[in-house]
Amino acid sequence: MIEVRNVTKRYGEKAVVDNVSLTVRKGEITSLIGPNGAGKSTLLSMMSRLLKRDDGEITVDGQEVLAVKSDELAKKLAILRQENHISVRLTVRDLVSFGRFPYSRGRLTREDWKHVDRAIAYMELEPYTQRFLDQLSGGQRQRAYVAMTLCQDTDYILLDEPLNNLDMKHSVQIMGVLRRLVEELDKTIVLVLHDINFASCYSDRIIALKDGKLVRAGLTDEIIRTDTLAEIYDLTIPIEEIRGNRIGIYFR
Amino acid sequence: MSQADALSVRRAQKAAPALSPPARVLWVLFLIACVAVALYLTIGVTDWGFALPRRARKVLAMALVGFAVSYSTVLFQTVTNNKILTPSIIGFDALYVLIQTGMTFLFGAMFLVYLDARSLFLMNVGVMILFAGVLYRRLFGREGAHLYFLVLIGVVFGTLFSNLSNFMQRLLDPNEFLVLQTSLFASINNVDEDLLLIAVLSIAAVTLYSLRFAPYLDVLALGRETAINLGVEHAMTVNRLMIVIAVLVSVSTALVGPITFFGLLVANVAYQVMPAYHHRYLIPAAGLISVIALAGGQLLIERVFHFQTTISVVVNFAGGLYFLYLVLKQARSG
Repeated sequence: MIEVRNVTKRYGEKAVVDNVSLTVRKGEITSLIGPNGAGKSTLLSMMSRLLKRDDGEITVDGQEVLAVKSDELAKKLAILRQENHISVRLTVRDLVSFGRFPYSRGRLTREDWKHVDRAIAYMELEPYTQRFLDQLSGGQRQRAYVAMTLCQDTDYILLDEPLNNLDMKHSVQIMGVLRRLVEELDKTIVLVLHDINFASCYSDRIIALKDGKLVRAGLTDEIIRTDTLAEIYDLTIPIEEIRGNRIGIYFR
Repeated sequence: MSQADALSVRRAQKAAPALSPPARVLWVLFLIACVAVALYLTIGVTDWGFALPRRARKVLAMALVGFAVSYSTVLFQTVTNNKILTPSIIGFDALYVLIQTGMTFLFGAMFLVYLDARSLFLMNVGVMILFAGVLYRRLFGREGAHLYFLVLIGVVFGTLFSNLSNFMQRLLDPNEFLVLQTSLFASINNVDEDLLLIAVLSIAAVTLYSLRFAPYLDVLALGRETAINLGVEHAMTVNRLMIVIAVLVSVSTALVGPITFFGLLVANVAYQVMPAYHHRYLIPAAGLISVIALAGGQLLIERVFHFQTTISVVVNFAGGLYFLYLVLKQARSG
C-alpha cells in the first residue's frame, strides 16, 4: 500500500501539488488522470523519491520513502518517467539489464539475465536486442524503457504516461501486460494516463487531480461518468457502454 | 530467446578463450603506451646513467598526470551526464592561475621560487578542494535542471578568476610576471621531485577511496532520475565524487600546471575507441590514451621542437581542434 498524506510541493509561491492525500491499494492498477499541469507527474515523482516535497508524508508498506534506504526501495518500487534521455550509447539489452542493478550491482547472474530476457519478451523487443537506443523509433524506445522498469521486478511499478509515442497495438499490448502483472503476480501499478478510455478499460481505481488538488478518487465506474469528468476536465464527455467497457466520446 | 540471440550466445561460448572486444582494445592501448614510453626513454640517449633516471621521473609524472586528468574528466562527465564538459571548463584552471597570481602579487615572485614546493602544493590543493566543496557540492545538492546552472556559474566564476588574475598580472613588475608565466605553463620538464611522492600518495589515496563508488558509475551515467530509481544515493555519491575530482584536478594542475583540453581530448577518444559503456573499460582506456598522448607529445617537444615549446601548447592546439569537431558533430546530429 502506498499512502500519501497531506503532501504539498511548491515552486516559489505556487503549489503544484496542494495538500493531497490518497491511498494506492495493493494488487490493483490505479490511474492518475487530470488536465495538463494538474500535478500528476510531480506527485508520481514524489512518491518515488525523485523529488523532495515541501510538506506531508509518503509511505510504501508503512515505510517513509525518504527514510528507507534507496537501494532497498529500488527492489520494491520502480518508476519510469515521462521523458528519458540517456547520453550513453546503449543497446536495448544493455538498457533492460540495468533494471537488475538493485539486485546485482552490475554483475548479472544467470537468474538476472532470465529476468532481462523475460522483460524483453514481454515488450516484444526480441528483434531489437542488439540495436542501439538511438537507432530505434520513439515507440520502440518507449517499450525498451518499460521493459527496463519491468525487469526491476518490484512490487510497485509507477509509470508516467507509458503510452507516450506508442501506436494502438503497442498501447494495448503494454496495458495487457500490466493487467497480467497485477492478476498473475499481484503487482501494484500506478499510471499517469491521458486517454481516459485506457484508464477506464484497464484500471481498478482512478484518482483525478486538477490544479494540484485531488478532485476525485474512486472505483473506475464511479469516475468515468459524464458529471464527474466534467468536474475534472471542464468538458462534457458523453459516456457509452460498449461491450462492457465505459467509453467516453470526447473527440467532438 | 530469438534465433539470432541463441546464435550469438553459441558464438560467444565458442570464442570463450579469446578476449572480449573491449578487453582487446585495452591490450592494444597498453601496448601502444608501452611503445611510446619505451621510445621516449631510449631515443637519442648518449649517457644512460644520466638520461634514464631523469626521463623515468618524467614518465612517472606523465603517468600520474595522465591518470589524474583522465580519471577526473571521465568521472566529471559521468556525474554531469555530458561529454563536452571538463572540470576545467567550469573554472578549475582559472582558479589555479588566480592562486599563483595572487601569491606573486601579494608576496612577490621570489616567494613562488623559494617557498617550499610541498607547502605550495598543499596550499593549492587545499584552496581548490575548498572551492569545489563550497561551490559544486552546494549546487549539486539541489534538484531539477541544475546542470546548466552549474555550468553557467562555473563559467562566470572562471571568467571572474581569470579577469582578476589578468588585472593583477598587469600590475606586476615585468620580471616577476616572467617568473609567474613560466610557472603557469604546463610543463613536464619542470616537475618538482619533492612533489612527485606527495602526488603519488594523494592520488593513490583518493583513487582507493573512489573505488567504493565504482559499481555506481555506469548507473550514474544514465542520469539522476534513473540512478535514484535504481537505488543509488545520488546526492551523497555525487558529493563524494566531486571531492575526488577536486583532489585529482588539483594534484595534476599543481604538478604540471593547467592543461585545459587534455582531459576532454582523452576522455572522448576513449569513448570512441572503446566498444563498451562500462567504466571499468573506459577509465583505464582514458588513462592509457593520456599516457600515449603525453609521452608522444613530450617526444615531439624534445626531439622535433627541441624544447622550444611546452606540452600545453601542443595539447591545447590538438584539444581545441578536437573540441571544435565535437561541437560541430553535436550541432549536426542535434
